[in-house]
Formats: sequence, C-alpha cells, structure tokens
Amino acid sequence: MSTAADTFGRGLAGRRRRGRAVTGLLAVLMALTIGVLAWVLIYVALQGFQYLSPSFLVQNPPGIPGAGGGGFFNGILGSFIVVGVAAVIAVPLGILSAVYLSEYGRGRWSNAVSFFTDILIGIPTIVTGAFVYSIWVIHFGFSGFAGSLALAIVMLPLIIRTTTQMLQLVPDELREGSLALGATKRQTVLRIVLPTALPGIITGLMLAVARAMGETAPLLLTALGNDLFTETNPGKRMSTLSLQIFNNAISGYKANQSRAWAGALTLVAIVLILTTAARFFAGRSKVSR
Amino acid sequence: MSELRLPHPFPDTRKTEMAQDPLRPRVAFASVAAPEITPPSKLATHDLCAFYGDFLALRDIDIEVPDGRITAIIGPSGCGKSTLLRTLNHINDMVPGFRATGSITLDGAELNGEGRDTLSIRRRMGMLFQRPNPFPMSIYDNVAYGLRLSERLSKNDLHDKVHAALKRVGLYDEVENRLDRSALSLSGGQQQRVCLARALAVEPDVILMDEPTSALDPIATLRIEALMRELAGEVTILVVTHNMQQAARVSDYTAFMLMGSERAGELIEFSPTRVLFNQPKDHRTEDYITGRFG
Repeated sequence: MSTAADTFGRGLAGRRRRGRAVTGLLAVLMALTIGVLAWVLIYVALQGFQYLSPSFLVQNPPGIPGAGGGGFFNGILGSFIVVGVAAVIAVPLGILSAVYLSEYGRGRWSNAVSFFTDILIGIPTIVTGAFVYSIWVIHFGFSGFAGSLALAIVMLPLIIRTTTQMLQLVPDELREGSLALGATKRQTVLRIVLPTALPGIITGLMLAVARAMGETAPLLLTALGNDLFTETNPGKRMSTLSLQIFNNAISGYKANQSRAWAGALTLVAIVLILTTAARFFAGRSKVSR
Repeated sequence: MSELRLPHPFPDTRKTEMAQDPLRPRVAFASVAAPEITPPSKLATHDLCAFYGDFLALRDIDIEVPDGRITAIIGPSGCGKSTLLRTLNHINDMVPGFRATGSITLDGAELNGEGRDTLSIRRRMGMLFQRPNPFPMSIYDNVAYGLRLSERLSKNDLHDKVHAALKRVGLYDEVENRLDRSALSLSGGQQQRVCLARALAVEPDVILMDEPTSALDPIATLRIEALMRELAGEVTILVVTHNMQQAARVSDYTAFMLMGSERAGELIEFSPTRVLFNQPKDHRTEDYITGRFG
C-alpha cells in the first residue's frame, strides 16, 4: 500500500521532467522568434550599409535606368509629407471616435462602430488603395493627398482600437472622483481620462504612423510615385520611401537594387527613431506612474 | 515619522463604560456621554428606492442625517450601504440601468426631482472612496482640481485655498516642499488625505465616505478617523463602514442596514451610536453587533 507521500513523490519526478521539457521547448521557440527578427534586421543593415551614405539622404535618384549614385531624398521627404497629412486626418478622427466608444457609446450604434472598426483593420491595404483610386484618383488624378487619404483609412481603425483600449484602462475610480467633485463629463474626459491615458495613446499613434510609413500597396494606386524630382505639393503625384524601395527593388539593375536596400534600412531607422522618441516622451509625461 | 505624533483621537474623558454583556464588542464611543438633543437633519431621504435594472437594491429608505455630526452606516456585505451613499450624490447615475425613486433632500431642498442640478449637488456633497483615488497629477493640482472646475480664481486665492485644505487634513507639513510632485508618490494614507483635502477644498456641506479606511493600515486609519472627529461640527459626515469598531469609535449616530426580502437593502435601525450598540431596539441589530451573523 503506497502512502500519499509516495504517490506525490513519484508524480513529482515526472512533473519536474515535463516542466523542464516545456521550459526547454519555450526557450527554443523564443530563440527562433528573436532569431528571425534579428536575421531580418541584420541582413537589411548589412545590405543597406553597403550603399547608405550621407549623400543618399540628400540626393534624388539619377533618373537614368541602371545608373549608380543618387539617393532617395524625394522619397524620404514624400513619406513624411504623405504620412504627416494622413496623420492630421486620422489622429483627431481616431481619438474622437475612441473617446466616443469608450466614454459615451452604449448600445447598438457603438457596437456597430466597434464592429466596423475591427473589419476595417482586416481589409487588405491594396483594397483601400483601389477604393481611394475609384472615389478620388479617377476624378482628381494621382496625388500625394490621395495617398494620404488611403493611409488615413489604414491608420484610422488602428488608432481607434488602441486608443479605446488605453481609455478603458483608466480606472473608473478616477472618473468617479472627478464627477464627485462636480465636474461635467466633458471636463472629466478632457482633464482626467485623456491625460491619464496619454502615454498609451501616443504609443498607439506611433504604431499607426510606423505602419503607414511602410505601406506600399495603397500608395501604388494613389500617390503613384515620382522618381525624377523633389515634389512638395501634395496635390501632385509624389514619391515615398516605400514606393521607391518597391520600384528600385523590382528593377533588374544592380545599382537600383542596392539603393532599395539602403532605402529599406533608412525606413527601418526612421520607424525605430519615431517609436523610441514616442516612448521617451510618453515616459516623461507627468501622468505616468 | 509625523504619523506617530498625532494626538490621541479619543481622549479618556470621552470614553464610557461598556455594557456588561460579554458578547458586546469592547469599544470606546466617540460621542459625548450625556444624551444630546438630536440636531436638525441636514440630509434626509424618504421612501428612497434604488434599482439596478429590474433589481431592487434599496427598499423604502427613510433616514435623517443630523447636521454637523458623523453618521455611520453599518451592515453586512451586499446590504446596499454603498448603493445608498452613491445614490445620494447621484454618482450611480453613471451606472447603466440605475434609477432611484423617492425623495432625497438637502437642507429641505429636493435633490431627486426632475431637472435637478446634478453638478451642484455633487459639489455640495464631497465623496471619499474605498481606495484612495488621487488623480495622476501633482499634489497641488489634485487639491486645486475641484476649485478650477467652475470658478476662475486668482492665482493667490487658489494658492490660499489649496494650502488651507492641505492644512485642514494635516498634510501640509508633510508635503510642503513637494506640492509639485505626483500625488501617486505618496503613501496610501497620505493619498487618502489628499483626496479628503480635494473634497474639502470646494467647501461641501456633506462628505460621503465609502469605507474610507478599508485599504489603509491601522495607523493611517486612526489618522483619518481623528480627522473625521476634527471635521465633525463643520461638515456633516456620512460614513459607510464594514467595521463595527470604527462605527463605534468615530460616529455619533449609526444606521444599521440589512438585506431584506428579495435581497433588497433595508434600513433596520437608526439611533445614536451609543444607543444602537448598547440597547438595540431590533433583535436583528443585536444579532449583528454581537457577532451572531454577518
């Protein structure tokens, strides 16, 4: 007859073995995940640094197929303009929608908004590009602004989703504390809820901006690209970094391909800088704990 | 450790003999030994019922909270103590499906009527919550928050009022040099006193306290209770507590609530604290305070 202690002891050895096995498996999987990420980054860096130089950041492409030299200045500038305009459209709209969903919305209408936001996140971005093409580009032609519209549609659901989540993380005790002092709902949202959620909201915004920076498909059908000269008027067709990477990468010329690698590295660096800066400012905010 | 310098909140002169029933909790009473004439009521309810959807949470509550005194509400969990408190200042109006019927009056003026001014009602009734909930901003801004909501005070006036409120809760000496630091950097007891200062700054008539010390350590609890005694006379305090000793220590009057039929909260007994603990009129009150249930 075995005692309870024996049973426990026998089971323990087996459970220890299984515990070690699962821990080992998880470690391998983690190493794989990080390995793939590191591989991508290192490969892009190795390829990109072969061509990347200060002149790459300030010169336009040479314009002659297969010619070496030149850079992506117009694309980098175009990316900032197109994404900037998109952000100007999507950020206020997204934050206001999120405030509605989190603080005011109740019942069918808000469920519908929430549901369509989720659907919008899942829409392939090439479809978004085709949509803007059919409602805007057909009438007004290719332009940086059309690209901004497409990117705004891509960013909007992301901003709504992350901001809503951040607002819902604000404890109800704070809302009640404000209301109990005689604050209106508007005052409570503006003075307590939004400032408290601000670091999280900014992180979410930066994720959306980073996503828009890298989008290529919706821009092919809207901003079109412009490899010849620097264009700062969003009413005209415009190049972006992502479009130039795409166009140069699919070219058969070695010189174009190495420019594409340098552009890819530049894009990664820009996204990294933006994200880090956002974290830094969010961390310094007085409302974070 | 300024927390340790505080005066004893319950001087011996106020202590009274306990009744001889060995089952009775050994507690000291805060209110004066001589029976006093009950002050006129400040806050009163009549036939107050509260609903969450179809669920009746409070049934026909009639209570008259005496002016400038501390009234405690005791009772087992789920008997509607917090709901009653949150109904009074209409903070529960935020809860979907919540509604209250019946009458709530403050200084005789109806607060539960059509077209009531919820904002000024809440301004006249400050609230202290179970967990300290300072806003994630500086100590100064926390106390100034309520003052900045409705009126445009000059910088000097605001400064004076914030400092006065912090002094009233005995926090000024502790935080004098770091008013611009986040209120979240303070200890739990200090945070709760910031919240009290925040409520006092707008000069309310009544302060509702919903288990204000349940998240605090014993020393911070005594500090808050001492403050409540200091404030009695200036403001009317209605405090919900699950701690009978606390009710006996700080309150002048005690209301006992219980879950009645269909789980609706009912007011069983309302008396001067000494009377309620020594000669409860209702056997259910006696059962509760002697620990037979709850």
